[in-house]
Amino acid sequence: MKLRNLILSTALLSGAAANAAELNIEFQNLTQGIYFTPILVAAHPAESSLFETGESASDELQMMAEGGDISGLANIIAGVNGNAAEVQAELTAPGMSRSFALSTDANNTVLSLTSMLLPTNDAFVGLDNWTIPTEAGTYTLYLNAYDAGTEANDEIRGSGAPGQAGMPVPPPLEALVGTGGSGVTAEETNTTVHIHRGNVGDSMNDGGISDINSSVQRWLNPIAKLTVTVQ
Amino acid sequence: MTNLKLTHYKKQLLPLSALFMLSACGSDNNDTTEVPPAEDPAPVISSYEITVTNLSHAQPLSPVAVVLHSTGQFWTIGESASEELEYLAEGGDNSFILGHSMVESGESGAAPIAPGASETISISIEDNDMPLLSVITMLVNTNDAFTGLNAHNLAELAPGDSWSTTAHVYDSGTEKNSEASGTIPGPVDGGTGFDALRDDVDFVSMHPGIVATEDGLTSSVLNKVHAFDNPVAKISVSRTE
Repeated sequence: MKLRNLILSTALLSGAAANAAELNIEFQNLTQGIYFTPILVAAHPAESSLFETGESASDELQMMAEGGDISGLANIIAGVNGNAAEVQAELTAPGMSRSFALSTDANNTVLSLTSMLLPTNDAFVGLDNWTIPTEAGTYTLYLNAYDAGTEANDEIRGSGAPGQAGMPVPPPLEALVGTGGSGVTAEETNTTVHIHRGNVGDSMNDGGISDINSSVQRWLNPIAKLTVTVQ
Repeated sequence: MTNLKLTHYKKQLLPLSALFMLSACGSDNNDTTEVPPAEDPAPVISSYEITVTNLSHAQPLSPVAVVLHSTGQFWTIGESASEELEYLAEGGDNSFILGHSMVESGESGAAPIAPGASETISISIEDNDMPLLSVITMLVNTNDAFTGLNAHNLAELAPGDSWSTTAHVYDSGTEKNSEASGTIPGPVDGGTGFDALRDDVDFVSMHPGIVATEDGLTSSVLNKVHAFDNPVAKISVSRTE
């Protein structure tokens, strides 16, 4: 009986070990002119998620999508005993890559990622509950840009605070974003999380409808490449 | 059409003439002692057919460069484009890519591929059954957009196997996307192709898409009919030998 118990517990342990994983994650910004705010990369139980397309954004997602503040989403991850990779404070510039190491616990079987796009009102790049493969290897994923649906895409300078209009313009963007735009729109008809329609922009640095440069600060999906190595 | 027939005819002709030469050789040697020739193993040929389909609405693709190689890649996102790539991405000129030192076997498409059209290009390589395949072509109604396949490993493609993928649009980052008259080599403008000046970000990225007059770029020679999205091309590979 004791021996049988021992065998049983060993089997359980090895089963658990098969689900925990050591991941190396490389994120690459594929765009020519879009910056990404600090990236939240986390493994968590499949029952939880950071965002759901076709549903209204949570307050925490809104904070991230409108202002780049991932503290709310990080709290959600902590609350479900998820594993978040160490957050790197810098923006990820066009063409640049960023590497993350992540050790996952057995229950955290899916991987998610969020980061706000600049300059935008509430666009973010997202990965929603990707099942972490149990087989060692290198996996390549292409990520799309989503609209949180929480703010009108007026494309003019403003606030990164949740619920306040306009785009946050942190220092590296200061010189790249125009001024004096009249605003592309004051409405957001789809208030659920959806695929972003892209920036409109204009070709005027001063004035016009938008403070976004239409020739550079646009994108087509996918906008990021994620290379996940399962060790 | 004429070219196709000629190629086909040549292929049939070659083995016949080779056979004739062998038998002629044999009769010359009739009165001498047969010396077995040194065993020089016949080269193993791997042959592929690459089909490129243009999925865009109004972006002809420049004559495709199809390349087999063993090392390297023809572009890296976030890094500066080579001059060979700049020639292709700005002007549709594939000769510099085909002349690149990495190329072990290279073929050019016969002509631009119109929207909705396809072209199949045959390519072979000797004594290398695990080559890398690169395919590169310009979206000619743009400043410097290109698409293709970058160093895709064919090692697992056995004779008779096929594989296909779709391709994203990239921006070589070597010419500003001004869309201005005189800067676009395709039929919409007939402007300048390659220009050594690099007045853009100087790294390769995914293409942001065109703006066009409808979105307020009044100086653009492009209309929304020239817009594209990802993917812009389908690339199919069949290994025939």
